[in-house]
Amino acid sequence: MSERREEAAPAMSRAGDGDPGPWRTAVRRLRRNRVAMISLGVLAVFVAAALFAPLVAPYPPNAQPDIVGLARVAPSWSHPLGTDTFSRDVLSRVIYGARVSLGVATLAILLAMSAGTAWGAIAGYAGGATDAVMMRIIDAMLAVPRILILLLVLGLWGNISLPMLVFVLGLTGWFGTSRLVRERVRALSTQDFTLAARAMGARDLRVLWRHVLPNALSPVIVAATLGIGNVIVLEAALSYLGIGVRPPHASWGNIIEDGADQIGSAWWIALFPGLAMLVTVIAFNLLGDALRDALDPRDERRP
Amino acid sequence: MADPLLTVRDLRTTFATDAGLARAVDGVSFTVARGETVGLVGESGCGKSVTALSLLRLIDGAGRIEPGSEIILEGKNLIALPEREMRDVRGNRVAMIWQEPLSALNPVMTVGDQIGEVARVHAGASRREARVKAIEMLRLVGISAPEQRAAEYPHQLSGGMRQRVVIAMALVMSPALLIADEPTTALDVTIQAQILELLREVQQRMGMSVLLITHDLGVVAETASRVIVMYAGEVVEESPVREIFSAAHHPYTEGLLRAMPRVGATGGRLAVIPGSVPAPTNWPSGCRFRDRCPYAWERCEREHPPLYQVGAGHLSRCHLAVEPERRARPHVPLAAASGAGAGR
Repeated sequence: MSERREEAAPAMSRAGDGDPGPWRTAVRRLRRNRVAMISLGVLAVFVAAALFAPLVAPYPPNAQPDIVGLARVAPSWSHPLGTDTFSRDVLSRVIYGARVSLGVATLAILLAMSAGTAWGAIAGYAGGATDAVMMRIIDAMLAVPRILILLLVLGLWGNISLPMLVFVLGLTGWFGTSRLVRERVRALSTQDFTLAARAMGARDLRVLWRHVLPNALSPVIVAATLGIGNVIVLEAALSYLGIGVRPPHASWGNIIEDGADQIGSAWWIALFPGLAMLVTVIAFNLLGDALRDALDPRDERRP
Repeated sequence: MADPLLTVRDLRTTFATDAGLARAVDGVSFTVARGETVGLVGESGCGKSVTALSLLRLIDGAGRIEPGSEIILEGKNLIALPEREMRDVRGNRVAMIWQEPLSALNPVMTVGDQIGEVARVHAGASRREARVKAIEMLRLVGISAPEQRAAEYPHQLSGGMRQRVVIAMALVMSPALLIADEPTTALDVTIQAQILELLREVQQRMGMSVLLITHDLGVVAETASRVIVMYAGEVVEESPVREIFSAAHHPYTEGLLRAMPRVGATGGRLAVIPGSVPAPTNWPSGCRFRDRCPYAWERCEREHPPLYQVGAGHLSRCHLAVEPERRARPHVPLAAASGAGAGR
């Protein structure tokens, strides 16, 4: 106990009115998890590359300097990951592809989590008929396979813009989250501290926002981190099929599509974006697991 | 005598259940004066916790406070208040603490934040001001090194400290009335004594009234000046605390006192009140205690007893008040005779 107090004391001696919140504690715990830190590092590299693509990529992603001569060149010093069918540098396309794939996935997840949390929180806290109706709607939506909706909508859409793709991916992916949040909020609403907050005179909205949601968020954060991996793969599959991100925009999915039928001869075209996806998704999954542990407020391990 | 702080008149709280309408609180009336500690005593299911929740109008879901009930605090009828004004009352003029402090505290907020929040909600305090107030309150309830403690989470504190934190939260706005629902039941005896001492101290310092809800008559003896005994949704006895122990009137109270294990008394079995509390969906006619009462006679089945005055400030809901000679002829209660040990 005294050790914990000493750890808390340095934090308290900082100037300012902040004290280490639950998030700060979680961050501290995360820092001690080596696997999580490595995953985070890897993801940071990918994200940095994606963000600074124009600075990092050796060539513009769509440049076709010598259509015939440079097509399908194996990895070499000038083109570390080779070139593709249209003599575009694969490394540059993978980097720009990271931008699209990561960007689309992140934004879609953010949209899905926000919508799901809002819906679930309102249903869970309100209870009664409101809850019943809201969750039956969710049940109905969950009954339809997501991939089917996506195939249908995107197939019929024609040339979809990236923002709309984010929108469609996000709007098809929030139903599970709302269930998760609704369960947590419902359980939390009946706990004594919620009653105590109301007994103290807090308005329902305040109770929901300050007391219930922070306790309900950790599964959402974990689900989001794990979910990004899913969306990355989903977007890649859709792009592979030609209905997601379309050429000339590079996304990992459509680069793989380009290289899929040349695996025997020009293996590098499909391999590298595939590897990038693999590493990214694994990193997100490992990070998600680590976050789940770090965010548990009842954990008796030292913060 | 100054106006009482709280006047409860004919409070009825019901719950709609599958088995019918449960009359958890069925016509309860009492007063609490300024600076007074009143003990509300009864076993589980008698309606004391529901009474407390009703005072703060925290009854929802399938429950409701029946019209005709009156809860008058500092001159205002709380029943008639719009919800917005009621929120001004909660935590501000009337505060409540519960039995289990760990579940009454938000696990992901530091205790300092939680105490400070009361100030932010009711006094519009800034984060900084709230933090200062929180530390001040922690010091008030006797927690050492309050600055460090304020940054800790509930699960990092011991049970006694958590209960102190809960009390600190309740006292931030210097409420006129503190409702304490079994505040010491979950604590071990030495901590219990400390917490009761703390409540006594704080009460004297702040001139606060306390409604102490408990099933433990020992706790009542230590802290209350007046006792109200509840049974089956009703007040069955009310008296100054000394008299409850020396001259209890209602057979239920007698039974409670007899059932208390006494230090020093050796051997023998604990005296129990045979039978169990009837179901709130189906209160028996006449006196609700008659099946378990060693004195009951046919009047008790026929006529629901009112609260008779049996002494100065001493009320009892028992026909023995008008036919005291019956007390000399106890018999085996019906519940024991029919072999009903438990079960409704």
